[in-house]
Amino acid sequence: MNLDISLYFTAPEIGLTISGLLLLLVAAFGGDKTARMVTILSVSALFGAVAYTTNLLVNPAFELGGEAWAGIYRMDAFGSFAKILIYIAAIGCLIVTPRFFEENGGYRPEYAIVVLFSAVGMALMVSAVNLMTLYMGLELMSLSSYVLASFSRSDNRSAEAGLKYFVLGALASGILLYGMSLVYGFTGSTSYLGIRLALQDGLSMGATFGIVFMLAGFAFKIAAVPFHMWTPDVYEGAPTPVTAFFSTAPKVAAVAILTRISLDTFGENVIVWQQIVIFAALASIVVGALGAIGQTNIKRLLAYSSINNVGFILIGLAAATPAGASAVLVYLTIYVAMSLGAFVAVMMLKDAQGSQIENIASMAGMVREKPLLAWCIFFLMLSLAGIPPLFGFYGKFVVFQAAVQADMIILAAIGIAASVIGAFYYLKVCKIIMFDEPAGEVGGESSMANWTILLICSLVISPLGWILTSPLIALANRAANFLFFVI
Amino acid sequence: MIQTLAFYLFASLVIGSAVMVIMARNPVHSVLWLILAFFNAAGLMVLVGAEFIAMLLVIVYVGAVAVLFLFVVMMLNIDFAEMRAGFIKNFPLGILVALILFLELFVGLVAYGAGGIQLGTPDGSAAARMGQSNIEAVGALLYGKYVFLFEVAGIILLVAMIGAIVLTHRQRPKGARGHQDIGKQIRRRPDDATVMKQPNIGKGVEL
Repeated sequence: MNLDISLYFTAPEIGLTISGLLLLLVAAFGGDKTARMVTILSVSALFGAVAYTTNLLVNPAFELGGEAWAGIYRMDAFGSFAKILIYIAAIGCLIVTPRFFEENGGYRPEYAIVVLFSAVGMALMVSAVNLMTLYMGLELMSLSSYVLASFSRSDNRSAEAGLKYFVLGALASGILLYGMSLVYGFTGSTSYLGIRLALQDGLSMGATFGIVFMLAGFAFKIAAVPFHMWTPDVYEGAPTPVTAFFSTAPKVAAVAILTRISLDTFGENVIVWQQIVIFAALASIVVGALGAIGQTNIKRLLAYSSINNVGFILIGLAAATPAGASAVLVYLTIYVAMSLGAFVAVMMLKDAQGSQIENIASMAGMVREKPLLAWCIFFLMLSLAGIPPLFGFYGKFVVFQAAVQADMIILAAIGIAASVIGAFYYLKVCKIIMFDEPAGEVGGESSMANWTILLICSLVISPLGWILTSPLIALANRAANFLFFVI
Repeated sequence: MIQTLAFYLFASLVIGSAVMVIMARNPVHSVLWLILAFFNAAGLMVLVGAEFIAMLLVIVYVGAVAVLFLFVVMMLNIDFAEMRAGFIKNFPLGILVALILFLELFVGLVAYGAGGIQLGTPDGSAAARMGQSNIEAVGALLYGKYVFLFEVAGIILLVAMIGAIVLTHRQRPKGARGHQDIGKQIRRRPDDATVMKQPNIGKGVEL
C-alpha cells in the first residue's frame, strides 16, 4: 500500500471530512447563529472537492485510474464522474437551504455538516472496489439521510418521514448485508475483482441468492419498484431542500454503485441479474406513471416521477453494454438538473404570507402572478416528460438507443409506451399552471439563491443544453469503459 | 473428539436458548435466555480458535443485553413480587442451569486445550500467521490494511451521535425551567454543595 498515492486519490473525501469536523467545532461553540456561515463554508468545501476531482478526471497522468488503501478504493473515471455529479447536487441543495429554514424555522448548522458527511459516504460508495468500503459508505450516507429527513422537528410529517425511512432503510441495509455475506461466503472474497474471478465459471445457488439479495437492497436505495413504497411518504414529509437532496445525490450514488456492481463484479453473470433489472425497470416505469396520476400534492407527484425516471435509468443498465452504462450516466446527469430544478421551484411556491404551497390545485393559473416561475416549471415538467427539443428528451433517447442496440426492442417499446402514459400527469400540471382560472394563492418573494439555481437548472434542460452533448457523452463513454475491462 | 462433543453441546444450547428467547412468556426470562445464547456462541468462537471474537461477544453483547434488560424492566410493567414468589420453588432448576454452565466451561477449556477445529478456507491466504495471537492479527488488519475503513467507521458513529443530539436536544431559554448553564455547572465546587456536620448523640441535624 502506497500511502502517498492513497492519500492523493482520496484527498477529496479526506478534505471534506476534515472540513466537516472543523465546522462541527464552529457549530458547537458558535451555536445556531452560525448556521448560515457553516452552510456557506460547506458549499465552498464541496466546490473544492469538485475542483480536485475534476483534476483527477481530466488529468492525463491519471487516465488509467489507480487503487488506494490496499485495494479497497479505486480512483477511475467512472467514480470521478459520479462524484462530481454528487458534489454538484449537494452544492445545489445546500445553496437553496438557508432561506427555506429561516422562513420555516429550525435552521441549525448541523444540517450542512450532515450533508457534507453524507457526500463523503456517497463518494466512498461510488469509488469502492470492495464490499466493505461499499457498505461503510452506504451506511454513512443512509444514517445522514435519516437525520436529514426528520430535520424539521416541529413538523410531524417530517418526523414520520424520518421514522419510516429509518425503519425501512435499516431493513434494506440488512437485506443488502445478508446478500453480501452470502456472496462473500460462496466466493471467499470481498473485493470486486476476487468475486468476479470466483464467479467466472458459473455460480452456485448460494451466490445467486446473494446477488438477488444485494439487488433487492440496492433497489430500495434507488427507489425502484417493488421497493418504492417509502418514496412518496418520505419525499412529502421531509423538508423540501432535503427532498431535493434525496432525489438527486443519493440516487446518483446508488445508481452508480448498482451499475458498477452489476457490470463489473457480476459482469460474468449478466444472465442472473439482467431479468431482475428488466423487471424492476418496467415495473418502475409503469407504477411511477400510474401512481402519479391521482396525486394532489406536488411533492408526492415528483416522488412518483422519480420512481418513473429510475425505471428509464435501469433500462440503460439492463442493456449491459458500454453504451448502456454510458446512457445511464448521461441520463443521471440530466435527471439531476431536472429534479433539482423541479424541487427548487416547489420550494419557491409560497403564498402571500410566505408559507409553502404543496397543493397542485393552489397552483392554478399562477402564470399571471409569477410568470417566470410558471414558465420554469412548465419547461421542467415537459423535460421530465421527455418532450423534444428539451434536453430531457436526450436522456431518454440514449437509454432507448442502448436498449435497441442490445436487441431489447420489446423492452424499449414498452418503455416508450409507458412514458406516454407518464406524459399525461406532467401535461396536467402544465395545464393547471398555464390555463386554469387563477386561484390567486401564489405570491411571496424568493431569494436570489433560489432563482440562481432554478435558472441554471432550467438553462441546462432548455434546448441550450444540447451544447453539452458532445463533452457529456465523451466523458460518459470514457467512464463507462472502466466497467468493461477484461480480466 | 472432545472438540466435536463440545461443538454439538454449544451449538445445540445456542439453538435451544434462542428458541426459548422467543418462546418465553416473561420478557425478563427472554433476556436471560438471550444471555445464555450469547455465552454459548462465544464458546463456539473459542472452539474455532477465535478467542478475541469470543471475548468481544461476551463483553459487547452481554453489556448491550444489560442495557436491554434495563429497558425491558423500565418499559414493561412487570410484577417483581410475583416473580420472587417462585424463587424457592425454582431453586433446584437454577442450580441445574448453573451446573450445566460450569460443565460447559470445563468442556470448552479442555477442547480449547486440545486445539481449535480446522475450518475450511478457500485458500491459505486468509489464515492467521503462526505464532501470532488473534488480537495481534485483528489489530494488524484493523490499524494497518483497513485503517481507512476504520476511520470511516468512526465517522459513521460520529454522524449517529450528531443525529441523536440534533434531533433530541432542545436549548431552553434563559430563566426557563430546565435551562442548562454549562459554565455555572463547571464552576460549582464541592464546598457549595456539601456541608460537614458533627452531630451530637441524641440530637438531630439542622439543615
